[in-house]
Amino acid sequence: MSSLKRKDLLDIQSLSVEEILLICRSAKYFKDIFTRSVKSVPILRGKTVCTLFYEPSTRTRLSFELAAKRLSSDLINFSVSTSSVVKGESLIDTVHTLEAMKVDYIVMRHAASMAPHFLSRNINASVINAGDGFHAHPTQALLDTYSIMEKRGSLEGLHIGIIGDIKHSRVARSDIEAFKKLGARVTLCGPPTLVPDDFHLYGVDISYNLDDILPELDVINLLRIQKERQKGSLFPSLREYHRQFALTEERFRKCREEIIVMHPGPVNRGIEIDNSIVESPRTIINEQVTNGVAVRMAIFYLLAGGAPLEEMNDERGGSENSN
Amino acid sequence: MNEAEVKIVIKNGRLVDPASKTDERCDLLIENEKIADMSKKISVKDDYGVIDATGCLVLPGLIDMHVHFREPGREDIETIYGGSMVAAKGGFTSVCTMPNTDPVIDNQALVRFIKLEAEKGPVNVYPVATITKGLKGEEISEMGELINAGAVGFSDDGMPVMSSNLMRRALEYSRMFDVPIITHSEDLDLTDEGIMNEGRNSTLLGLKGIPRESEEVMIARDVILTRLAGGRLHVAHVSSGGSIEIIRRAKSDGIRVTCETAPHYFSLNDDAVAEYLSMAKMKPPLRTEDDRKAIIEGLKRGIIDVIASDHAPHSMNEKMQELEYAPFGIVGLETTVPLIVSVLVRENGFSYLEAFDKVTVNPARILKLDRGELKPGHVADVAIIDPEKKVTITEESMMSKCKNSPFIGKEMYGSVRHTICNGNVVYSAP
Repeated sequence: MSSLKRKDLLDIQSLSVEEILLICRSAKYFKDIFTRSVKSVPILRGKTVCTLFYEPSTRTRLSFELAAKRLSSDLINFSVSTSSVVKGESLIDTVHTLEAMKVDYIVMRHAASMAPHFLSRNINASVINAGDGFHAHPTQALLDTYSIMEKRGSLEGLHIGIIGDIKHSRVARSDIEAFKKLGARVTLCGPPTLVPDDFHLYGVDISYNLDDILPELDVINLLRIQKERQKGSLFPSLREYHRQFALTEERFRKCREEIIVMHPGPVNRGIEIDNSIVESPRTIINEQVTNGVAVRMAIFYLLAGGAPLEEMNDERGGSENSN
Repeated sequence: MNEAEVKIVIKNGRLVDPASKTDERCDLLIENEKIADMSKKISVKDDYGVIDATGCLVLPGLIDMHVHFREPGREDIETIYGGSMVAAKGGFTSVCTMPNTDPVIDNQALVRFIKLEAEKGPVNVYPVATITKGLKGEEISEMGELINAGAVGFSDDGMPVMSSNLMRRALEYSRMFDVPIITHSEDLDLTDEGIMNEGRNSTLLGLKGIPRESEEVMIARDVILTRLAGGRLHVAHVSSGGSIEIIRRAKSDGIRVTCETAPHYFSLNDDAVAEYLSMAKMKPPLRTEDDRKAIIEGLKRGIIDVIASDHAPHSMNEKMQELEYAPFGIVGLETTVPLIVSVLVRENGFSYLEAFDKVTVNPARILKLDRGELKPGHVADVAIIDPEKKVTITEESMMSKCKNSPFIGKEMYGSVRHTICNGNVVYSAP
């Protein structure tokens, strides 16, 4: 594997295990740069990155923008509120505008599933999916994977719990796909209204009782619960959700000593996770954010045709790039 | 189209007439808009036009009992005239237009308008009028007046009649006219905001699912209401295996129910959504491979009476959007014959009689049209189809103004060579 031989990064499903590992190894190199006083490298000089966000997002957009800037690219930002989409320019016209401006990378966030796939078929620029509907959030899954690897070396044989609204979560889908590809055991946990049986297709376990699975978990990934789901009668109240599925202090005491607590953010403190656990040393929420920038730098670099980086450490040991 | 004394002889064809279960080599003579003679060998006279149908099927002109021609309201997308031309190219001589236009077809003036517009075109157009005034699902339409104006059935297609009581009244009231109440069977609450079949693919793609039960509970409700109210129920665009089972049971219980499916439900499954995106988005949605097989089985066993295209033109601007925002529906008039020939006859071993009764005699009987069969003295609606000839569906080859079809680029068998409507050749392949 020399570099990513693909135009776009749209989902985890289409990535091979080798590609996932390549991205993670390259991310290590970029993360090391962060400790230097000069944090940028001239890898994307002269290239233009456009962040095209059809859905509000702070951290993902900032993370991509920082990654692009640290690679010395030119950066433009196109934020569109959903209301103006309805009245205004169609996606295809917006895309033709960006194409005419000779943008090299489009980082897209969209509320409609498969929108980046639709876009990628109609544009020459590289499309990086920054989250589409309920479908995929590949860079989040890659940074989650990298973060776990950083702590444990490998995902092989780890038992990872993903807790919460699985049904409406692009993070869950991409995480499941990445974790399963790398040999982890995945258990989904939440109410049946939010964890449909169809998810068995991924080869995961499903549990409706957090207390049953908690003592077995090596990693727990708590998803943000969207308050508006309550209106659709998917759960009766936040209080009941908290009682059934929150990582409370009492539950935290039942966890393994070495458990890794993750959350894609933004955290609803006191709903998915109790306040004190957010600050626990076993919680890596802030490291996920740091790693997000490194992983996104690696993705830009590899999509640009970058070769594997010499300095990087081999996370798994003994693969083709070790020296 | 009213030249006097047109005489056409169709020679050397394989005459397939599902009504009489005829499938044999036979010539056919058309005189004065009627079938004048059918026999092994008709000798050609000087004033006859001759169509050589060697290697071709000579079928009754096809009937599509479910099309959307968008007029009045969206003439930019399709018109009654334009749609009729497309129908003729597809081998159809009669079509039923659905009433969910703008304005909706819920009064006799609008039914007459469609009939009048259709006179300019090449094929017979039979309007279906709404079950409820304004498609609102609140009060039943003036069925008697609408029938007098030319309506052949009633449907709120595009929308279900959600009120069970209103559905009961519509079925009851329609009994005095013996016309079909054609249902778009969908429980909107269960559909929620779904856009594709709920299941494996919707999970993988993160798209909101429409459970099959959204269709099945409404069909179950409507057959039960038909048992209560009488009348004739015709279920449009059946897509799920469960629906077929409900209809099979209802038929065996003696409830007067018929149903149709569309060619895409026996040709594609919901794997197509990832590949074709909005071009594979329609209601009801493409279901699983098991459903597709069940549809084929239902057609084979005659539980499904009719194949109708649900021809639904949409502009490219509307379709070339995010899957979630794109409208439901695909065009079908030009792909129905190739799909019947390729999928049902060639891949699944249907005889021509089994395959083509669904687009000829069966819809004619449901709609009480004096068409859909070949016999001397009968009106001369004829489709001549070469089932061995390959056709490649391309945007250029399509006559339809709208090209919203997942079958573009596909090579199939079954080419319509000539379409004859009321004794006149209205389409000939180039």
